[in-house]
Amino acid sequence: MNVVPQPLFLAVDWWALGPVLALTAGSLVLLLLEFIPPRPNDNRGPIVALLALAAAAYAVWRVRDEKRALFEGMFVHDGLTVLFTLLFCAIGAVAVLISWDYAKRTRIGLPEYYVLLLTSVLGMIVMAASNDLITIFLGLELMSLSLYVMVGFRRNQLESNEAALKYFLLGAFASGFLLYGIALLYGGTGTTNLQGIGDFLGDSPIGRNPLVLAGGLLVLTGFLFKVAAVPFHMWTPDAYQGAPTSVTGFMSAGAKAAGFAALLRILLRALPTFAEEWQPLLAMVAMLTMTVGNVTALLQNNLKRMLAYSSIAHAGYLLVALVAGGTEGAAAAVFYLATYAAMSLGAFTLLTMMGRGSDEPVLVSDLAGLGFRKPLLGLALTLFMVSLGGIPPTAGFMGKVLVFGAAVKAGLIWPLVVVGVLNSVVSVYYYLRVTVALYMRAPEGEPVELSLNAPAVLALVLTAAATLWWGLQAQGLWLAAQRSVSGLL
Amino acid sequence: MTSLPLLSFLVFFPLVAAVLLALLPRGAERSARLWATLAAAIEFVASLPLWWRVVPGAPGFQFEEKVAWIPSIGAQYHLGVDGVSGLLALLTTFMTFIAVLGAWSSVEKRSREFYALLLALEAGMLGTFFCLDLLLFYVFWEAMLIPMYLLIGVWGGQRRVYAAVKFFLYTMAGSVLMLVAILSLYHVQKQWSGVPSFDLTAFYAMPMAPAQQLWYFLAFAFAFAIKVPMWPLHTWLPDAHVEAPTAGSVILAAVLLKMGAYGFLRFAMPMFPNALMVCAPWIAWISIIGIVYGAVVAMVQPDLKKLVAYSSVSHMGFCMLGLMAMNAQGFAGSMMTMLSHGVSTGALFLLVGVIYERRHTRAIADFGGLWKVVPVFSAIFLIVTLSSIGLPGTNGFVGEFLVLLGAFKTKVAWAAVAATGVILSACYMLWMFQRVVFGPITHEENRRMSDLTLRERLVFAPIILLIFWMGVAPQPFLDRMQPALDRTIELTQSRAMQSAMSQSDLPGVSIMTSPADTVGVRP
Repeated sequence: MNVVPQPLFLAVDWWALGPVLALTAGSLVLLLLEFIPPRPNDNRGPIVALLALAAAAYAVWRVRDEKRALFEGMFVHDGLTVLFTLLFCAIGAVAVLISWDYAKRTRIGLPEYYVLLLTSVLGMIVMAASNDLITIFLGLELMSLSLYVMVGFRRNQLESNEAALKYFLLGAFASGFLLYGIALLYGGTGTTNLQGIGDFLGDSPIGRNPLVLAGGLLVLTGFLFKVAAVPFHMWTPDAYQGAPTSVTGFMSAGAKAAGFAALLRILLRALPTFAEEWQPLLAMVAMLTMTVGNVTALLQNNLKRMLAYSSIAHAGYLLVALVAGGTEGAAAAVFYLATYAAMSLGAFTLLTMMGRGSDEPVLVSDLAGLGFRKPLLGLALTLFMVSLGGIPPTAGFMGKVLVFGAAVKAGLIWPLVVVGVLNSVVSVYYYLRVTVALYMRAPEGEPVELSLNAPAVLALVLTAAATLWWGLQAQGLWLAAQRSVSGLL
Repeated sequence: MTSLPLLSFLVFFPLVAAVLLALLPRGAERSARLWATLAAAIEFVASLPLWWRVVPGAPGFQFEEKVAWIPSIGAQYHLGVDGVSGLLALLTTFMTFIAVLGAWSSVEKRSREFYALLLALEAGMLGTFFCLDLLLFYVFWEAMLIPMYLLIGVWGGQRRVYAAVKFFLYTMAGSVLMLVAILSLYHVQKQWSGVPSFDLTAFYAMPMAPAQQLWYFLAFAFAFAIKVPMWPLHTWLPDAHVEAPTAGSVILAAVLLKMGAYGFLRFAMPMFPNALMVCAPWIAWISIIGIVYGAVVAMVQPDLKKLVAYSSVSHMGFCMLGLMAMNAQGFAGSMMTMLSHGVSTGALFLLVGVIYERRHTRAIADFGGLWKVVPVFSAIFLIVTLSSIGLPGTNGFVGEFLVLLGAFKTKVAWAAVAATGVILSACYMLWMFQRVVFGPITHEENRRMSDLTLRERLVFAPIILLIFWMGVAPQPFLDRMQPALDRTIELTQSRAMQSAMSQSDLPGVSIMTSPADTVGVRP
């Protein structure tokens, strides 16, 4: 890091802190607004949330080229922070859009819903901007606690309660691992600052002691849980299935990106000297994650559950990028996270539109005949499935090219890349199942009802445009991703 | 004409037409087929300059277009055409037009979407033939699967979903390894020249150690062999052909199968010549097995479409054998076989489609004695059958003869065994023809069959013309492809020599660098 901490708080620092402040203010305003009884059917929750997210994005965009370290280097404002803050704001905004009608329909549209959404975006931003294990943990807990509640937001549904409890218990367990790992790292190196740990391990002859190794391993475990890597993925299908669909979409895109953002910083900044240890380990985990995720997804009939396993598989592809390492691997991971966010959120957007009232038809067979009944919706879902399967000309394909390209460059063709690409063939089978249902099956019984609403359609258009555009012209995003990680290494 | 980027127009016009077609109002099924026919006709006419404006002898590629696509990784939008791809592109536009016209009465439901997909498929196929950038090639190569998959899956027969998914997965499984090879090659090239590029000419210029080439060659060859398809990777083909709607079968047989052989010719062979030398005998024998196997299996098929599908396996075996012979005759024969197989087999599928429309069955046993009922149909069927067998004077003969000549020059045994394929093809085709067309009318329903309509006659007229033109006077075709083929042979041989001689000073990049060498990244 070439950023020197300065004693004075400059204007630029306030802008850099802008997202945190804006989101905090937004959530407080939402809570305070509750003192004024809402009119039936008013939209102030989503509107305030959108405004807060827009303010956050604007603040960070204004100072996008600056590099600052705040609070004794605990909070850094660099390319990675900027890109991830923008990404999280975008994910949050799409999540608000898809919740707009869905939350009212399923009667979870309490103001707290949007408060929690904002605080969890806040947690994600803190995670990505932290240069210190303590602040990373702070961000992680802020995000996770909000998500635990959001997963269980359909209070009177057993499924949702079960999902929340499972997610919470396993998540708490993982947090314990993470915290213990942080403690050991602190014990071994005498600092919690990522840069400090990296420097200490690089210089010190006693740096490679078992204490640090165990600490690193535990920290890794904690994060692998958060990004849903095998063998720490058990919570994912249940939490994804039980959570309100809008929350599932938000979680699949946001929580994963946040986990990987923090992981990127930790691995590349604090633990590069241990690359020899964590690389083979992560390579194993990546292969396992891809294979288990894809193979299990083959057997799912519930779309939410299928997408849950698909998100596990995608965590595997992302791990391939981390194993590849270097600027290219890190940039590929960032690129992939952005494209994955677009296509996954897009797919979940469509799911939130299915059904009327509080019933949720989410089986693959519920899609039967939809492709010709609603051609544009069918086309959009096909696009997302094709992209998730990594087939050109979509964002998913470019992501795959960049991730596997980085791994090939790092000399990991056998077995990592080969296992990866063969997995993508396996995955195509279940993504194709969706298109088979859309276009090649006649609906049995009543065709599914749809709740078309403007905000969700807007979300659909945005995610579809991103998915298609990044597939046709990846230059812009790829340059942005490269710039964002250039300060990191 | 010179100012208009012809190749881009050819690639994107069908795509635009497809989008516009899809936007037609619901219920405009009749006008959809009119517009689609018009679009396909315009496309075919627009592609005609590829016949007379491509200078056969000129070195390199013509009509080149080069625009930066993703500059930071060196990917370019690079199109170009030579004698080989020009002829294949003409075949594509011609057969697409024929397929669109032939599908007029067979597609009743959702014809807007049907024609839109057919045109999108055409765009993908032309892009695959034109592009000279490996990443772009891969994009077209795989993107093309989606419309074909939907064509089979939505408008196909009984087991259409199974066939469509099988088609997609097979092709995808083959091509992902090619993607890995492309990426790896890209990094080797970047280290060698210092300039990141996916450009085909850059790869042509890069010398490679023979030992390195093998894995790359196998990865490419696997992808192309599935597409050809070569025995034993052919099993998706009968399913896809049988289940696909007529137009889909026509395009599949006429163009998609050619892409495998084209891939060998354009990419796998010149890029990895030394590996080719090692593998050529194996591939040749596999092709010969394919020739004989396809023919023998075709003989016992009760279903007309399946019979034609297996005959494709046999004919494509000839294509591959010609390529593996590695001489001028073999190459020219292979190209001629590709073209004539495209025309004849496309026509066969159309003919099967014609009787399927009338009788809703494709079983050979359900027919017999058709000559008395539908003489025009039967006469055309006879001509196409004979051309598929390779009767002298028809298009099939030129290709097969040249392939056998080329194979004979390289290895007598190849030609000897492959020649049995010619005999076998006469057996299964004539036997089939006899059971369908000659003899007494065994089924009463057949008496009421109507002969070809005017539209159908118009569809077959140009095909018949082509069959005889290519059979009697193949020289214009050979003139156009020969220089490009000679250049490919030359390039392959010079690259093989160069790599073998300068082995020691080649960049020491191996595929398997240990991961530890490359990380060590510090803040």
